Amino acid sequence: MTARETEYELVLGMEVHAELLTESKMFCSCSAAFGGAPNSHCCPVCLGLPGSLPTINRRAVEFVVRTALALNCEISLHSIFYRKNYYYPDLPKGYQISQYGPAAIGTGGYLDIEVGGAVKRVHIRRVHLEEDTGKLFHVPGGKSHVDYNRAGVPLMEIVTETPPDMNSADEARDYLTRLRAILVTLCVCDGKMEEGSMRCEANMSIRPIGSAGLGVKTELKNINSFRTVYRGIEYEFQRQREIVESGGRVVQETRRWDEARGATAPMRAKEVEEEYRYFPEPDLRPLDLDPEWIDEIRRTLPELPAQRKRRYIEQLHLPSYDAGVLTSSPAMSRFFDTAVDLYPEGSKVVSNWLMGDFSRLLNEDGIEINESPVTPSMLVEMIKLIQSGIISSRSGKEVFEEMHRTGQPPDAIVKAKGVTQIGDESAIEALADQILSANPDVVEKFRSGKEGVIGFLVGQLMKASQGRANPEMAQRALRSRLSKD
Amino acid sequence: MTARQVAAMTRSKEVSCEEIATAALDRIQAVEPQIRAFITLMADQAIGRARDLDRRLASGENPGPLCGVPIALKDNLSLQGAETTCGSRILKGYVPPYNATAVDRLLAAGAIPIGKTNMDEFAMGSSTENSAFFPTRNPWNTACVPGGSSGGSAAAVASGQVPVALGSDTGGSIRQPAAFCGIAGLKPTYGRVSRYGLVAFASSLDQIGPIAREMGDIALLLGVIAGADPRDSTCAARPAPDYDAALRADVKGLRIGLPREMFGQAVQPAISTVTRRAIQVLEDAGAKIVEVSLPTLDYALPVYYILAPAEASSNLARYDGVEYGVRADRSQDTIGMYMTTRDQGFGNEVKQRILMGTYALSAGYYDAYYLKAQQVRTLVRRDFTRAFEECDILAGPTTPTPAFRIGQKVGDPMEMKLADILTIPANIAGIPALSIPCGQVDGLPVGLDLMARPFDEETLIRCGFTFESATHHHLQRPEISA
Repeated sequence: MTARETEYELVLGMEVHAELLTESKMFCSCSAAFGGAPNSHCCPVCLGLPGSLPTINRRAVEFVVRTALALNCEISLHSIFYRKNYYYPDLPKGYQISQYGPAAIGTGGYLDIEVGGAVKRVHIRRVHLEEDTGKLFHVPGGKSHVDYNRAGVPLMEIVTETPPDMNSADEARDYLTRLRAILVTLCVCDGKMEEGSMRCEANMSIRPIGSAGLGVKTELKNINSFRTVYRGIEYEFQRQREIVESGGRVVQETRRWDEARGATAPMRAKEVEEEYRYFPEPDLRPLDLDPEWIDEIRRTLPELPAQRKRRYIEQLHLPSYDAGVLTSSPAMSRFFDTAVDLYPEGSKVVSNWLMGDFSRLLNEDGIEINESPVTPSMLVEMIKLIQSGIISSRSGKEVFEEMHRTGQPPDAIVKAKGVTQIGDESAIEALADQILSANPDVVEKFRSGKEGVIGFLVGQLMKASQGRANPEMAQRALRSRLSKD
Repeated sequence: MTARQVAAMTRSKEVSCEEIATAALDRIQAVEPQIRAFITLMADQAIGRARDLDRRLASGENPGPLCGVPIALKDNLSLQGAETTCGSRILKGYVPPYNATAVDRLLAAGAIPIGKTNMDEFAMGSSTENSAFFPTRNPWNTACVPGGSSGGSAAAVASGQVPVALGSDTGGSIRQPAAFCGIAGLKPTYGRVSRYGLVAFASSLDQIGPIAREMGDIALLLGVIAGADPRDSTCAARPAPDYDAALRADVKGLRIGLPREMFGQAVQPAISTVTRRAIQVLEDAGAKIVEVSLPTLDYALPVYYILAPAEASSNLARYDGVEYGVRADRSQDTIGMYMTTRDQGFGNEVKQRILMGTYALSAGYYDAYYLKAQQVRTLVRRDFTRAFEECDILAGPTTPTPAFRIGQKVGDPMEMKLADILTIPANIAGIPALSIPCGQVDGLPVGLDLMARPFDEETLIRCGFTFESATHHHLQRPEISA
């Protein structure tokens, strides 16, 4: 009898922490900007000096409400801040002020993801508000330094529902991509995983496909780019599968992704629930929200990626694939929308450029579309040069690359490179006369019935024009002359 | 001299602020060796500030209602540039870079901070014996404690070193030492005075309040420090009324309730007698006396000893040796640094309360202790609300006994904690309460405790003023032998 191999599936949930783009910190008026000289964005409140007290940043609450609404959550009109007590040198007060358990601003939402054409609903348990910690720097000689610039920066936590809905690294990546697109569209977070302004932790277990139970889970931290999300989760899935297939048992623990080794490694055993001694923050009143304010936020939400995708398909008649790619990045779809506004009948051709040459160049340089000097109006101008026959589509590619490298407008590049198509009838006719008189033998061949040689003559004309003659016009001019006599 | 008299004289230029400050410093030099009220004296800064005020007066400015008034600040109030220890070794060397809101308002009104006063470590105690540095002595009998935790502030006022002081009251820490030292102390309604810059002990109970010899100064100080503060979201938005208007001897028709439970077995009979006689004075002035009941009063103490340590265990977590204060040096790693720093930095009472509070908040115990205590707190509040339907003021003794001898209760923590049994309920209910001197037992002062509805400090001041107008207790001064 042959053992039948059990197929396993991944069960994955996610916690995403997003630093909010408020000007000031969560509980004081210090700047929440990234960076700055160490400990330059600090005051008694965010340093947790004795006697200081927190006050709630209303803007941060608004950002969380915006996000919770975009994620289809219920908004709690009454929520509470708790103290999460633990000791760590980057935590100035010895506790973090956080919303905890059911006391969140947003609960019971969802985000629809799409992998391989299949739509899946990922349920969201809660969206809540808390404060960030400072940053520790370990220096040689066993010493450490703390920078509290980040301490107290508003942090939003978005937690998926348990039991988790996601079952693959692809789904996880798609969830994160879409979540990021929403956060960036709402202008609540810049979504830069590499800078740590968006951080994610995945909890993962495996189970035989078809089984409903949940296995022992591990938590994966230190995944700080979209690439490592995928790689880390794939690695962890494989690791757990190998343990179970070899008869072992997965240990409940927190693991970190080690980019250098391309592997996950244990951080600390998590056999018991950590003891945070949560209790309601007595320095803050409960957060009571005005339903009218919530309605106002709901009314003023911008167009979200999912709505935008539908608009591209229904109103601009883009293929679903194009619409999906364009809306996965808010910067890309903003670019697209602006370009289409300038050139309403050109949505498909603009989309082709964005998904083709432009994306290729952006990927090569590893930058976002808004970091390229090419503006929507430059792209539209260039497309119009091609469509009006002033340049060929082949030189178009060349002009585009040049725009992307130098930021020069297309007409200037065309002039400098001399790639303008010769579309002037008389100029082309003059060239045709010149070519025909220089090649009497080929003219003979044509007239004796070998009409294929026209290609050679067109080639000669293009060469003489340094490639700038409109090839169709060249052919027409040559033919009319050859058939005249 | 009272603060009012000082301010009137400096503003009319009868006397300079510098002369006032110098006189206060002279008095401190004379009696401080017997009393030891101050952890930090700020003689140079005080003289500098006094000269600055004199210059402003000379140029025609009016520096405010506390112009030139020397004031003592409890050492848990942040004053920029002055060491703030909270009576603890762990904060030795910590100098706040900012002012507490209440301190800011005092400075803006022209007051002169003279020094930071001794206190039980982190305000945990009732005798000032838990100070990490030294005990303060009662000006009426230097073998006795001044009460606590604001013992330094109360002793400084009672011994005539300063006309007024600020204290903080979490479970009686202003009223009990005021009673023991024969002076007046007010704990305002929770939310009446901003807590910003008051080093937290128990955030939901702490309030800053004035300590003075007479109601006129209590009203003056409260008027300066009370009112909304955007830096403290637990501070009420309502503006402070004109407390001077409450300085009138008129209690006609006022209903004063005597809670049966405040005259129980725990209270020394002599104290009960003195207190009842004081209440008789108010009745003679036209108040109506009614007997009321606060059935849950006995639960206030256990509720307090769960909630206050729970909040304290979290509030005191920041003293870890990382950012400021003392760091134990022989530590090997982070955890070791925390443990050694906190072990060496905190005294026994503080450690005990941190342990109690940590226990009460732990998973599995939270519901039985912290949550239950919050529920009982609601019941205590309701009892007070009900009582205030029958009367406008509640009156009783501030303490069950007069000041006890230094060292007498150190070995008996339960006995020590019972010293607060009558003051704690006002903190649990969040209502304002005032202790005024109303007589003596065995040569030691006795305090009358008056409580009012939330934000009705005016009626307390009016009662206190009426009592002062009819009696001489507030004029009694201790003799301090050199």
